Amino acid sequence: MTRTPASPPSGLLRKYVFSTDHKIIGIQYFLLSLFAVVVGMALSWVMRIHVAWSGARILGLQFLSHTGAPGGYVTPEYYLSLLTLHGTIMIFFVLTTAPQNAFGSYVLPLQIGAEETAFPVLNMLSFWLTTLALIVLMATLFVADGPPITGWTAYPPLSALGAEAGPGLATGQTLWIISIGIFSIASMISSLNFIVTFVDMRCPGMSFTRVPLTCWAWFITAILILLSFAVLLAAVILLLLDRTAGTSFFVPANLLVSGKIEPYSGGSPLLWQHLFWFFGHPEVYIAILPGFGIVSHLLACFSRKPVLGYKVILACMLSIGFLSFIVWGHHMFVSGMSPLSGFLFSIPTIIISLPATLTTLLWLGMLWGGRLHFTTSMMFCLAFISTFITGGLSGILLAHPAIDSYLHATYFVVAHLHMVMGVSAIFAIFAATYFWFPKMFDRMLNERLGLTHFALTFIGVYCIFIPMHFLGLGGSPRRYAMLTDDFLSPTVSLHRFITVAALVTGAAQFIFLFNLFRSMFTGEKAGANPWNATSLEWVTGRTRSLGSAAILVSHGPYEYGETSTERDFVLQSERPEVNLKP
Amino acid sequence: MDRLQVIGLCVRLYMGKFFGLVLAAIAFTTFALFASRHWWMPPGASQGAPLLDRELRWGLIDIGIIFLLAQLALAVFVWRFRARAGIKANTFPQAVRVALIAAVLFITFELFSAATLGWRAWAGVYAGATRNNTISVEAMGQQFAYYFRYPGVDGKFGQVHVEKIDPSVGNYFGLDRAHDGDAKDDIVSAELVLPVDRPVDLILDAQDVIHSFYVRELRIQQDMVPGMRIPVHFTPTKIGKYEIACTQLCGLGHYRMRAYLEVMSEEDFQRWMLAHR
Repeated sequence: MTRTPASPPSGLLRKYVFSTDHKIIGIQYFLLSLFAVVVGMALSWVMRIHVAWSGARILGLQFLSHTGAPGGYVTPEYYLSLLTLHGTIMIFFVLTTAPQNAFGSYVLPLQIGAEETAFPVLNMLSFWLTTLALIVLMATLFVADGPPITGWTAYPPLSALGAEAGPGLATGQTLWIISIGIFSIASMISSLNFIVTFVDMRCPGMSFTRVPLTCWAWFITAILILLSFAVLLAAVILLLLDRTAGTSFFVPANLLVSGKIEPYSGGSPLLWQHLFWFFGHPEVYIAILPGFGIVSHLLACFSRKPVLGYKVILACMLSIGFLSFIVWGHHMFVSGMSPLSGFLFSIPTIIISLPATLTTLLWLGMLWGGRLHFTTSMMFCLAFISTFITGGLSGILLAHPAIDSYLHATYFVVAHLHMVMGVSAIFAIFAATYFWFPKMFDRMLNERLGLTHFALTFIGVYCIFIPMHFLGLGGSPRRYAMLTDDFLSPTVSLHRFITVAALVTGAAQFIFLFNLFRSMFTGEKAGANPWNATSLEWVTGRTRSLGSAAILVSHGPYEYGETSTERDFVLQSERPEVNLKP
Repeated sequence: MDRLQVIGLCVRLYMGKFFGLVLAAIAFTTFALFASRHWWMPPGASQGAPLLDRELRWGLIDIGIIFLLAQLALAVFVWRFRARAGIKANTFPQAVRVALIAAVLFITFELFSAATLGWRAWAGVYAGATRNNTISVEAMGQQFAYYFRYPGVDGKFGQVHVEKIDPSVGNYFGLDRAHDGDAKDDIVSAELVLPVDRPVDLILDAQDVIHSFYVRELRIQQDMVPGMRIPVHFTPTKIGKYEIACTQLCGLGHYRMRAYLEVMSEEDFQRWMLAHR
């Protein structure tokens, strides 16, 4: 296939706003996620303060919602609104958007030697649809009854009924559904683009076994997104119909809400849970698989060793992708689903930890005997391995239905999911940010600030989430706006410790933001290949497009070690004569 | 000297050591906090509780040891293998096989424990056989309260008529006591009262949205889904008063949706039944 190089777009708007350049779109996605994560983190602060100090006044909050937080005092229903927004923003607009779309859009075409993505206009479209989805979601903050109170899982009947079932369930819930629908469409479009780009646009010599694991991870994640978001889209459309068109997909007959019999008949609340978690469990791997790719890729670079078991890690990622579609029932052990199904779902759930365990062991094996370079990027990779071990192991415990039936919907699960998909994925994002920032902005991030940021964040997340396991063991239910009873009041001190840790860890993120924006303009100039890495994105400068015809790949992605030259690595595009010493 | 070396020089002297120490401290502290059992489950009060406690205890020991080993391995490797001038990186391709064997062994062990300890604990809650002296109770969740009903002397629950539900006259279940013989002697209570050491068939239902029935001491958590009647089985073994908490987000009052389970002696229970007839 021959492609004529597109003429560079002219005009500020076409170049930086409605751009079809995958590099600009990648940065746009990154900034969108950055905005979203700051909002999501701020919401978690308000929630943490409110839980630990019930009745605390959070000054200024009344200006955001005078009904939700009159005088700065958060109401129980507003707590649930904040919780819903926090979960939705973090899962969709941070954990799905940043690792996959931001870094995938930017790096994937460069690493496979493609000039552009296969469908640049679709790429632009998916970014702007994602932005629209975020705007619609944020709009719920400003509608009369506030954001929905149903959590990011939006279980019907609560989410299907209108205002009579509670605040935030009228316009707010409808907007939430529309936002998720738009987001699903955007994600599917971008996945289609990723898949075609990966399969069709690899430059000459870039065989499937020479593709860096990052690209494999983005490719597998794209397949997961395409298959799972299609189901989520269908589910939210059905939910919308239940709310607006009088259908009864998820709402059974004879509901009595606020003294009124609801006009529904014959729907199943469990149907939503099946559809939602059919999306929801692959979603966990959508957040974490790009991290697998990033960490494998970066560990090789910073330990100056080839990836240990490239094909094994690839097989692990593929099998995780496949298995992630048959484990959704482990979210429903206590839902009323047949107990036998519960037991059967626990088997693949335990089996899916096999590839995850194996990959983790291979990462550890890569460190053994390596020449480790402790850059900030590397530190976040190491932190990723640590938090992934912690969160993964508690996941194995929760895979047992009986244990889950005690710990389900307690803070133990909150700790588990934040550790394994929140913190780990965020650490992968940080590692990727410090690694590819020089590529994106031609400047280096400050390492001193970076390592300070790393140290505070790493210690901080353990201080936040380890104590949450104990809350859960003690039987503290999640999603409680206040600790009102005798049973839960002894946990207040633990809650306060967590809150303080969360505030300090959150404050440390401003070091990152400061570093990011300062280094964009005043950071040390980066050379063409500041990390001495092997993959193609470092072959050419930022401004020059790769021009696929010019590049011929004759090396594998991870040729680190003694070479016939002075360097300890071989670029993928290097002449075939340059080789690793055996 | 290229960039990587310059950056490396600044940090490699202490960053790996720092990480190793911090991680080891985190791992040991976490392990010690779990081992101390300072924050723990409230003691069990049902026949099935020891089964679950045993599974959870072994599960925690199992993953606790793996946690400690894995984190310490990470800490030690990072401490040890910093880049040094003149020292080459060593590769061990054969380590893949070791990793594969270790992973398969670990997961096989996990599957084995799920199929033995796990299956027994799980089956206890849902597959309990109905025995002669079993007591049947129905629990119904609504925004933001629980109501319980006992079938009375005839052993039959009366029909539910949604349109007849009227909290102002205390008809929480919509019983038609005037025309329905089965409903006449149904006992309705806001508190779940049970005799000690007698098996219970509890049927869970909800009136409006999904709620949940969570009693920590019984080690039971089960969603209450409108339109479904979900049975759970247990035998309370300790006299006492326990909290029933809602754990499924059900609306603005979710955090205060509570009821109490009171387990009393058989005689006290009979007296309570008589008083409420």
